Amino acid sequence: MMGEFSELLRYRDLLRLLIGKIIKTRYKRSALGVVWALLNPLLTMAVMTIAFSALFRGAVTNYPLYILSGLICWNFFSQTTAYAMHSLVWGGSLLRRVYVPRTIFAVASVGHGLVNFTLTMLPLLVIIAVMGHAFHATWWFVPIAVLLLALFALGVALFMSTLAVFFVDVLDLYQVFLQAWFFLTPVMYPESILPAEYAWILRFNPMHYLLELFRAPILHGSLPAAGTILAACAWTFGALAAGWFTLARKADEFAYRL
Amino acid sequence: MSSLTGYSAAVPVSQAPVAAAEPLISFEDVSVRYRVPRERILSFKDYAIRWIKRKIVYDDVWALRDVSLEVRRGEVFGIIGPNGAGKSTFLKLIARIMRPTSGRVRVDGRVNPLLELGAGFDHELTGRENVFLNGAMLGYRSADLAARFERIVEFAGLAEFIDMPLRTYSSGMVARLGFALATDVTPDILIVDEVLAVGDAEFQKKSRERMESFKRHGQAILLVSHDMTMVRDMCARAAWLDHGRLRAVGPAQDVVLQYEETVR
Repeated sequence: MMGEFSELLRYRDLLRLLIGKIIKTRYKRSALGVVWALLNPLLTMAVMTIAFSALFRGAVTNYPLYILSGLICWNFFSQTTAYAMHSLVWGGSLLRRVYVPRTIFAVASVGHGLVNFTLTMLPLLVIIAVMGHAFHATWWFVPIAVLLLALFALGVALFMSTLAVFFVDVLDLYQVFLQAWFFLTPVMYPESILPAEYAWILRFNPMHYLLELFRAPILHGSLPAAGTILAACAWTFGALAAGWFTLARKADEFAYRL
Repeated sequence: MSSLTGYSAAVPVSQAPVAAAEPLISFEDVSVRYRVPRERILSFKDYAIRWIKRKIVYDDVWALRDVSLEVRRGEVFGIIGPNGAGKSTFLKLIARIMRPTSGRVRVDGRVNPLLELGAGFDHELTGRENVFLNGAMLGYRSADLAARFERIVEFAGLAEFIDMPLRTYSSGMVARLGFALATDVTPDILIVDEVLAVGDAEFQKKSRERMESFKRHGQAILLVSHDMTMVRDMCARAAWLDHGRLRAVGPAQDVVLQYEETVR
């Protein structure tokens, strides 16, 4: 495991170039590329607000901000993990020909996701300013929340992309799974609308904790509860260890399978 | 070479500088087994169903079986044999793409695979961007590549095209760029797999000269070819693989002769 980490460090120039390549090819296609990345969550937010704000009026104080903050995190997670799976299957032809650290594609996806994430913070800041929402002192916690989210995404990405090497239909299955997961996570609805007898489900949803970590300092100006932080860390490092371990164990078979 | 030498151990690799007599590559009783499911299972759904029914049957295919040999410094070593003999698997072990199922592979120093020239090239990127991206895939630092960039481009003879996207290149131009890049930073071991047929006569001459100079500098070259004349001319020693087993190893002349007798 540490061996793979030092290999990544040795190949850090490749990592940087790969991230640059993903960004370039992604935004070169259309002149509106970057603008779309910024506009997309804003438009979704607008639609959701129009559709649901009457429904959840009492439950959430600042519904547009609630949605947008949730969407940014969710999109980061879903896009990063899905992209990692695609890029390992894509990079597979490469892995059969030259040696590169096997984790590099997943790490590059997360790196690219983080660049995107930083970009989409812009609309969030704009909305905060426009709505006259206060900038709380607790913002210092936001980078920690993002870091945990990124590490969690990396763990899932490593695990899922290993699986995708062995079974192609995992790419499609994962999309369906993501859809279900999205609706089971309080991204667009407040937690409080869940009936009490189903509330326990959230305890097994790592994204619920990670979203809370991001939202608490921005929306409520408070730090997340210690229990939430602990649960988020446990899920994150659990997923990371599982993903890293799976890939390290199965990587030798890649050349046989890809 | 500074940061360029060696790599850390995934396959047991020694980093210590070796004396000229010591082998650069050594194989000890190396075997590689592919486990091929009797029916090809591509989807997770299939796998789950079969796993529940306990109906996954594997066939063992031995791509290499108890192969032991050594390749020394300054040696051009030929690998011959029919298709499916295990030649590619042999090269993949040396390039660290694969690990043996059993036995031990030792590789001292940096390996540059020329398996398929420009395998990692991205055709949407320019020649320049590809040199850096592909160089990084071979494990070079960007700063090193920047210092060598001019020479690589000059050797490939692509100075006026280097900032154009690779899709505008001819296949010969792509191969030239790949060869120039992979051989500029002198590797300890160069793997050449049927690639010297690329480029025009002049480029072929240049690339042969470069391989000669590698030989003089004590690097090892592994040449995989079906061209027996080329193996005889260029290689000092050769190995003949057949169905994963080592049929013969020794002076290239003799091994080629033995091989050709069975083929006829």
